[in-house]
Amino acid sequence: MGRTLAEKVWDEHVVRSAPPAPDLLYVDMHLIHEVTSPQAFDGLRLAGRRVRRPDLTLATEDHNVPTVDAHLPIADPVSRTQVETLRKNAAEFGIRLHPLGDVEQGIVHVVGPQLGLTQPGMTIVCGDSHTSTHGAFGALAFGIGTSEVEHVLATQTLPQARPKTMAVTVNGTLSDGVTAKDLILALISRTGTGGGQGYVVEYRGTAIEALSMEGRMTVCNMSIEWGAKAGMIAPDQTTFDYIEGRPEAPKGADWDAAVEYWKTLVTDEDAGFDKEVVIDASEVTPFVTWGTNPGQGVPLSDAVPSPDDFADESDRVAAQKALEYMDLTPGTPMRQVEVDTVFVGSCTNGRIEDLRLAAEVLRGRTVADNTRLLVVPGSVRVRLEAEAEGLHEVFTAAGAEWRGAGCSMCLGMNPDQLEPGERSASTSNRNFEGRQGKGGRTHLVSVPVAAATAVAGHLASPADLPPVA
Amino acid sequence: MDAFTTHTGTALPLRRSNVDTDQIIPAVYLKRVTRTGFEDGLFGAWRVDPDFVLNRPEHQEASILLAGPDFGTGSSREHAVWALMDHGFRVVLSSRFADIFRGNSGKAGLLAAQVDQSVIDRLWTIVEADPTTSITVDLEAREVRAEDLFAPFVIDDYTRHRLLNGLDDIAVTLDDESSIVDFEARRPAWKPVTQ
Repeated sequence: MGRTLAEKVWDEHVVRSAPPAPDLLYVDMHLIHEVTSPQAFDGLRLAGRRVRRPDLTLATEDHNVPTVDAHLPIADPVSRTQVETLRKNAAEFGIRLHPLGDVEQGIVHVVGPQLGLTQPGMTIVCGDSHTSTHGAFGALAFGIGTSEVEHVLATQTLPQARPKTMAVTVNGTLSDGVTAKDLILALISRTGTGGGQGYVVEYRGTAIEALSMEGRMTVCNMSIEWGAKAGMIAPDQTTFDYIEGRPEAPKGADWDAAVEYWKTLVTDEDAGFDKEVVIDASEVTPFVTWGTNPGQGVPLSDAVPSPDDFADESDRVAAQKALEYMDLTPGTPMRQVEVDTVFVGSCTNGRIEDLRLAAEVLRGRTVADNTRLLVVPGSVRVRLEAEAEGLHEVFTAAGAEWRGAGCSMCLGMNPDQLEPGERSASTSNRNFEGRQGKGGRTHLVSVPVAAATAVAGHLASPADLPPVA
Repeated sequence: MDAFTTHTGTALPLRRSNVDTDQIIPAVYLKRVTRTGFEDGLFGAWRVDPDFVLNRPEHQEASILLAGPDFGTGSSREHAVWALMDHGFRVVLSSRFADIFRGNSGKAGLLAAQVDQSVIDRLWTIVEADPTTSITVDLEAREVRAEDLFAPFVIDDYTRHRLLNGLDDIAVTLDDESSIVDFEARRPAWKPVTQ
């Protein structure tokens, strides 16, 4: 019996297996940020423990950081204390940190891949649920809580129950104007927020193979939104080409040895999955959410659903509550939903390819009156790359705000927040109540839909816009 | 961590599905660097409504949360568990927990016990009829008891073992540090390092 990609990576990292105890897994890379780590470092100090492998640990500042006036001290004293605590802990325990102002600073899930630290076959953890992003490289990557952060700091391992495996096969080709984001939103609307629970999911099939690394990261990033433990994609030439030459990528003979190993990281033909889902890519169209969890979505061409459309009682109640919160009337075409704010950024869609897609739509156009557009690069490197390509000029000419790097309005821990009652179209990953600011209402969308929505002032795709004169 | 064997208390019926960790504790409360003191952030947005169930006088002493399906989805923030515990909850019952939330609960000492939705429905009815109903959650027997209801709950063996004995996970792992050392000796040299 062959093994799946997930099983191969798992087996390669088992330090100790003694059922019924969970396997003890070795962690190849531990990523850290300011929000979920301070209590873990306190725990180490209290117990008199050290960080076992500072050389397999990397910290960056992302959740709290302002995206304007990065040279000034952080205005919010509580945010500032948290960021300063990370700096103090990194210095005390000898951990490499990319702080605000550093050229490698950015969202932890953008920084890892761009440095070349994220590689196939690795185990990667971080105190952040979107760690699943790194699975795009064929790594086994998942989010953990602060107690587990402390465990990894102290031991470089984690006790983990062996998860079940699922294959999501996406056959065919995505249509023009349909992105990886639409694909994952459509999938989650089908599975619900709990459909992946207990599984490591492998995304495969022709439509997945055709995606760029950025697109693959978008898909894997949102694995957690349907409850999956992790999402993975088998590494291929696209993966190797992305990694080669990056600062922390293997070099010379090491590169050859690494690639030789990486090529074995595919699911064997005779391997079995515990569950399989098949999707036809050609049926996917631009997709948007109407509710307050990522599973509550419809094609952009559809209308706001009615609670009566749901057979299940708990889905019906959830829809009712979501529509009240979102202030939406059943039957309203999604294209008629007007927004105040558009956010392009986050670990889901804050990479260079995303900014290029946004610029393509915005070139020669302007943001609608009464709508603001925030473009927030996922890292300083992404920002610099965009500026080298002149994308920032497209954004500012269109009337958008061109910001510094960070998590920003994805979760509104910094000043980038919605006001109560404001409505956004957002390329981020969560439309939970109040996620982008207390009382704010979020529609999750792809980058092209976000950019077109900013121009139209209501939910729209680029095809809805009049041609540029 | 304190050992957990059995807990008896009153319950809070939370009739909602898909309660994500942003609802359990909104992000603005996550800026603190301490491990306690998150009680004020618990259900921060919903709590401003005086009719929200957490605000009702009859549920002020509740220590068992009766939650709908898909509880604790979304963000990995362990602060959600800390906020529940800081408020006085020792147990959450739900028909389905998000993985990370369940893991965090087990580490921090909050019992996340999985029961059928039919059990939750019955408990909601019982508690709404009489908020003073005493409910017992017996980890040894893996059983919930209230009035004439006796229902089994699911929890993985390892978490149960750790909770029953109040074990420190890190100490358990470090007891066998030699297996980690052996593993490290076998790792390929080309694996990336940060320094």
